[in-house]
Amino acid sequence: MYTGALPPDLQAIKDEVEGYARTTGLDYPDVRFVMLDFNQINQVASYDGFPSRYPHWRFGMEYERLRKSYAWGLHRIYEMVVNTDPCYAYLLVSNLTIDQKLVMAHVYGHADFFKNNLWFAHTNRRMMDDSANHGTRIRRHIDKFGLDVVETFVDRCLSLENLIDQHSLAIRRTPIRPANDQQEEDEEPGRMPSKQYMDSFINPPAYLESMRQQHKQERVQEKKIPASPQRDVLLFLLEYAPLEPWQQDVLAIVREEAYYFAPQRQTKIMNEGWASYWHSHIMTRHALREDELIDYADHHSGTMATSPGRLNPYKLGIELFRDIEDRWNRGAFGPEYEDCDDQRARAKWDRQTGLGMKKIFEVRRIYNDVGFIDEFLTPEFAERHQLFSFRYNARANHYEIASREFADIKRQLLFNLTNFGEPIIEVTDANYQNRGELYLVHRWESIDLRLDYAQATLENLQAIWGRPVHLETVVTDKGMMRFSFDGKQHTRQ
Amino acid sequence: MSQIDQDTSRFREIVRGKIKQNLRKYMSSDNLIGRQGKDLVSIPVPQVDLPRFTFGQPGRGGVGQGPGQPGDVLGPAQPGDGTGEAGDTPGQHMLEAEISMADLVQILSDELALPRIQPKGKKNIKSEVARYTDIRRVGPESLRHFKRTYREALKRQLAAGIYDPDNPIIIPVREDRRYRSFEAKPVPESNAVIIYMMDVSGSMGEREKRLVRMTAFWIDAWLKANYRQVQRRYLVHDAAAAEVEEDLFYRLHQSGGTKISSALQLCHQLIQTHYSPLDWNIYLFQFSDGDNFTSDNEQALRLLHDHLLPAANLYCYGQVDQRHYGDTFIDALERLSPLENLVMSHIPNDDAIYDVIKLFLGKGR
Repeated sequence: MYTGALPPDLQAIKDEVEGYARTTGLDYPDVRFVMLDFNQINQVASYDGFPSRYPHWRFGMEYERLRKSYAWGLHRIYEMVVNTDPCYAYLLVSNLTIDQKLVMAHVYGHADFFKNNLWFAHTNRRMMDDSANHGTRIRRHIDKFGLDVVETFVDRCLSLENLIDQHSLAIRRTPIRPANDQQEEDEEPGRMPSKQYMDSFINPPAYLESMRQQHKQERVQEKKIPASPQRDVLLFLLEYAPLEPWQQDVLAIVREEAYYFAPQRQTKIMNEGWASYWHSHIMTRHALREDELIDYADHHSGTMATSPGRLNPYKLGIELFRDIEDRWNRGAFGPEYEDCDDQRARAKWDRQTGLGMKKIFEVRRIYNDVGFIDEFLTPEFAERHQLFSFRYNARANHYEIASREFADIKRQLLFNLTNFGEPIIEVTDANYQNRGELYLVHRWESIDLRLDYAQATLENLQAIWGRPVHLETVVTDKGMMRFSFDGKQHTRQ
Repeated sequence: MSQIDQDTSRFREIVRGKIKQNLRKYMSSDNLIGRQGKDLVSIPVPQVDLPRFTFGQPGRGGVGQGPGQPGDVLGPAQPGDGTGEAGDTPGQHMLEAEISMADLVQILSDELALPRIQPKGKKNIKSEVARYTDIRRVGPESLRHFKRTYREALKRQLAAGIYDPDNPIIIPVREDRRYRSFEAKPVPESNAVIIYMMDVSGSMGEREKRLVRMTAFWIDAWLKANYRQVQRRYLVHDAAAAEVEEDLFYRLHQSGGTKISSALQLCHQLIQTHYSPLDWNIYLFQFSDGDNFTSDNEQALRLLHDHLLPAANLYCYGQVDQRHYGDTFIDALERLSPLENLVMSHIPNDDAIYDVIKLFLGKGR
């Protein structure tokens, strides 16, 4: 269905743009361009780029939203790139030719980023096939167990979708169950081999006793499930929750896709910034013809537009990359530069190092958004781009500018990016009060949970766990609170 | 059916369920009126959302870009950005759901358990409506179904082995031709007229009119779904009655006394001249605050009893009152011997509309 191949004129443009991309040093897998009309591209976008994903009403809702906002002229999707090998890129048929050119250059930026950024290194590049397989599996469960049953369960899993270990995507997790080492159990801990007459000296009874105690404690700790707090709640549920095989399958699918999409959310600013940097680079230095200038400028500035209440990741990303390139070209880094207090000297700093291009390729390889901002956002940059932090004023019920201090801006930005601005929640005990109840702890960092959602989510968690569930969190003004749901009613204390 | 259609229609089903759940609320608020397009009504339903552990919005703040001093206002918080107190109201993000009037009426009748109307009069006479849904081998050329004809010809040529993929010319012969044809659908022929009568005397304020308008919206919707053709007439009265346009009906302000009989008299004339009870299903809806001249009650009751009730399918009287006057018109009506097609009710506030509709339309007449 989605096989619209490039017409000859666009194929020629593609070859031209790809030539520039290659010579500038971008490194990408084979890119397959697919032409779609607005209806098809909205459909594909509703499925996050995977047209054969599992069936779910959520995608229908997203499609309705996209369809309406397209019809009202609020937005249009020019392109969409999928992190696979070969890399699929969807183009909107009705784009102007100049737009297609720009968008293709943009796509090569994304494709390069997907391939080379370390945070994507462990993603499944065959997701196009695997997502279709997921679709088939879930459809089979629906045929066997009924739409309502399966859909309700998928809803529940999706409601817990963000409870994965967002920051250690690359760790291949082994089962959490502690290995049962029978052999060790038989020997006495700490005893050294000795002749009998020397035994009381080599293995003094007091020492053996203390070793025995220590060992016992370790055993207790190991028996506790989980042995240490678990952030990958979905994996924990897969291991321990009393699920039917088909339910395990569904949960595993939801978890796998959550991990697949996580790096994209983790590198939004860098990814868009990188792609924008390269479309701008390729267009303005190579591909742009005189008669296309106005349309290009119009489109580019539209993408880069900022509004006070929203941070545009395209704009922030491209400017940061340019800033890095400029600083490393001038040698404006390192202790000598950092220690210089003279603003004028800093501005005119130039050691002719010319390392800019090398540096940005290195940055695109090893950073994600958190590190990118932490490392490269400078006070000069924040001032030049008029960044500010804003906050909610509860008394007046509006948002207002909070600060233009660099430290505040950076803290706020990093906070929003950490864990994707989502709360950090861990499983600490699966046998709370020795009654098989699940205990979760929210690592509270000055912002409260949305409580109505939290309670609804607890209900879903309880349905999967089967026994009562608890969530410990902090509510401003009230202190530590524990929300519980036992399948019938909510309690909090 | 493609996958997105499946997912979308599943989503719409869920939305329909939401509308059903909240029907009472929609019926007691006037924001559906005015959202009504030609066939579609747009209904704000609570956002269908998957709950998750997330932060309460306002506390979050963020980073922005642009001019301004600390303390400058960026914009109001969106409604529904609230921290969401545990366990009470759902989040208030609204979703504009579009639903056809027919679906809405279906939901209405399911929820209120409204019986299908049994049209009176020419009960058994049905007229036939032609729907072009059928395909035949003979017919006029103007109705030739190009695609079907082509398909038949292609099939024949393939079967006969004369189809050449390199030179795919398809020539239909006479036997290949297919024509659109009609199926006769019997449709009960019954026409209906709704006559709305409203008291516009000084004592009827904006609030009362709003109640009338909301009630009338649902009555219209239901009767339109039940009859092929519905005519609506609007009569207003204080001490004297007059016929007005729909628009004016809800806006007109008068002062002066109240004579309910004046409207009933005009209604009687209207029926006599235009709507013979033999051919028409006649629905009479009257709204007043009930504060009628006591001396007029008798006249009104006589008109009702002698002329209007025998002619009408249904006569409904809604009394939009909060306070209790002494002897109001509804009390007088109650003194009439109970009749099948006479329904009356108080409409004290918005919440009552749901029950009033159920009462008025629950008769199945």
